[in-house]
Amino acid sequence: MDLDSQTSEPVIEVTDLKTVFHTQDGTVYAVNGLSFQLQPGELLGVVGESGCGKSVTMMSLLKLLPMPPAEIVSGTVQFEGKDLLQIDDDELRKIRGGRIGFIFQDPMTSLNPVFTIGFQIMEPLREHLGMDKNEARDKAVELLELVGIPSARERLRDFPHQFSGGMRQRVVIAIALACDPKLLIADEPTTALDVTVQAQILEIVRELRQKLGMAIVWITHDLGVVAGIADRVAVMYGGFIVEYAHVSALFENPQHPYTIALLETLPGTNADGEHRLLSISGQAPNLTHKPNSCPFAPRCKFAFDKCREQNPQLEMRGDDHKVSCWFDVDKNEARA
Amino acid sequence: MADIAQMDDQEIDPNVLVRVDDLHMHFPIYKGILRRQVGAVKAVDGLTFDIRRGETLGLVGESGCGKSTAGRAILRLYDPTSGHVHINGKDIAELSRTELRKIRPQMQMIFQDPQASLNPRMTVGSIVSEPLDEHGIVSGKEKKARVGELLDAVGLNPSFVNRYPHEFSGGQRQRIGIARALALNPEFIVCDEPIAALDVSIQAQVVNLLEDLQSKLGLTYLFISHDLSMVRHIADRVAVMYLGKIMELTSVDKLFKTPKHPYTKALLSAVPVPDPKIEAKRERIILQGDVPNPANPPKGCVFSTRCPIAEDKCFKDAPKWRDLGGDQYVACHLAG
Repeated sequence: MDLDSQTSEPVIEVTDLKTVFHTQDGTVYAVNGLSFQLQPGELLGVVGESGCGKSVTMMSLLKLLPMPPAEIVSGTVQFEGKDLLQIDDDELRKIRGGRIGFIFQDPMTSLNPVFTIGFQIMEPLREHLGMDKNEARDKAVELLELVGIPSARERLRDFPHQFSGGMRQRVVIAIALACDPKLLIADEPTTALDVTVQAQILEIVRELRQKLGMAIVWITHDLGVVAGIADRVAVMYGGFIVEYAHVSALFENPQHPYTIALLETLPGTNADGEHRLLSISGQAPNLTHKPNSCPFAPRCKFAFDKCREQNPQLEMRGDDHKVSCWFDVDKNEARA
Repeated sequence: MADIAQMDDQEIDPNVLVRVDDLHMHFPIYKGILRRQVGAVKAVDGLTFDIRRGETLGLVGESGCGKSTAGRAILRLYDPTSGHVHINGKDIAELSRTELRKIRPQMQMIFQDPQASLNPRMTVGSIVSEPLDEHGIVSGKEKKARVGELLDAVGLNPSFVNRYPHEFSGGQRQRIGIARALALNPEFIVCDEPIAALDVSIQAQVVNLLEDLQSKLGLTYLFISHDLSMVRHIADRVAVMYLGKIMELTSVDKLFKTPKHPYTKALLSAVPVPDPKIEAKRERIILQGDVPNPANPPKGCVFSTRCPIAEDKCFKDAPKWRDLGGDQYVACHLAG
């Protein structure tokens, strides 16, 4: 999908989002001033290792985190002319599952085992769109057919345990799509699934994007999935976006040392499979320290003094390619 | 007498360390008040293959295809329903408990989840030395030295002996599991998804360690995984499993370059490639539906219900294991 039309109004605009957790062992700085936006129809892939703050960021947008211990310290989330962090709970509830759909990683835990899937799909339709029972049932059948569940009308009466993992995730997708959301947030939706089932789900998502034209945030740790479906990619590390670019630019010309290292860890990049795998030495960052240096500096082979003293900002480096790093890997020297 | 003849065969081929012969592992299903057996889950249904000395045999397949059960049955962690497993010429499926215990040191296992496979109340030192105590191999100072040596071999600081598993990261915990598996100088190790629970950057470290240990100690691995790109990197030959049976077995090069079985082709095409250019052009084979129930597998070829090229005979007769030449074996009527 071509997204050069920067002029259109973004679906969602996140500015300087900061989330912390207050724990017994001190404050955990999980999200440290994130800013990003999505155009209509755009698919943003968010990649990073576990604990880098991907999920917390997306949960913060809709205030789905338990507060306390979580606290959203600052930031604005502009969606349809409102700041989601400022509006009251009743208004927010109308947006959750209505204008913004959510898909979680594990389809078993995101479906309620004691209700039929028909009830669970019809619930948002009746709640948000005010449909009556029959309308909602027809729409539910339509949705299940859309995500490729055979004999949909009969299956409305089934319970989640009567579906396989892939089928359950399709049901969750159908629920997320029920109210025709403008924005869909998918948190590792295929991680718990087998590759063949993942391929089925990815195919459905590709089709649905063309049909429905919604913006999607797709959280994953699988760079292969991102390469296949994303328009833009945000690479996260230690609660920061360290690189943000078009998917082709990111894979062809990665600028942040972490992105470069992450791509190098993939097996089979040299096709022969003979060489040793490269790994990133060191440990994932400890988020209990106040983020006032580059979080990747302890594991970075290019790190120098400035990296340990000052936190780089996410800045435009070339055409629609943002990087937060003090070092220019192309010129192999520190940035001016 | 037949058994003795088979044992002789074993000694004739010194390159084969493990010979699996028509291995079945069925789990009975009991129903009703009388707990009558009404059927069986055919988790492993007739496996036959060799593992050569010093090689890594990859065993891949979707979840529920029986690959972990196969790994466990081969080590006789389950008592197989029928079939033989010869390790170093001894049929371990037939050995008595005391005999089995004597040869246990030759064969070890590395488990998927290092969190669950390490006792949280034991120190690293006692975890690693437990097999040494059990088999009464060394004691006292020698034991201490051996534990230090093992921790060193897996890249952990020997001064960590008195720490507990929770003090380590996921990758380090997996190293502890590996050290424990190495304690008795095994020849054969079954690695059951050893990297599935780890982050991408850590996976590479563990795979490198496994490869180093293999070349240093001459180990033979059965590497069970659903991650095809990692199997491509580490394995010499690969067996593809589907619903308790092996579909294709060949060298890693042939499997990835010229797959013959339609299931192998579909599985390979479902793996996302971390390169947006390839992803945009690639032809995908999307399998329809789900894996059938192993308690009630389809008649004929088990893959026939989802196979894109199935013909009449595929639904009637189970395909025989065929040699396509050049060390490529396939169970399909039509492949070749």
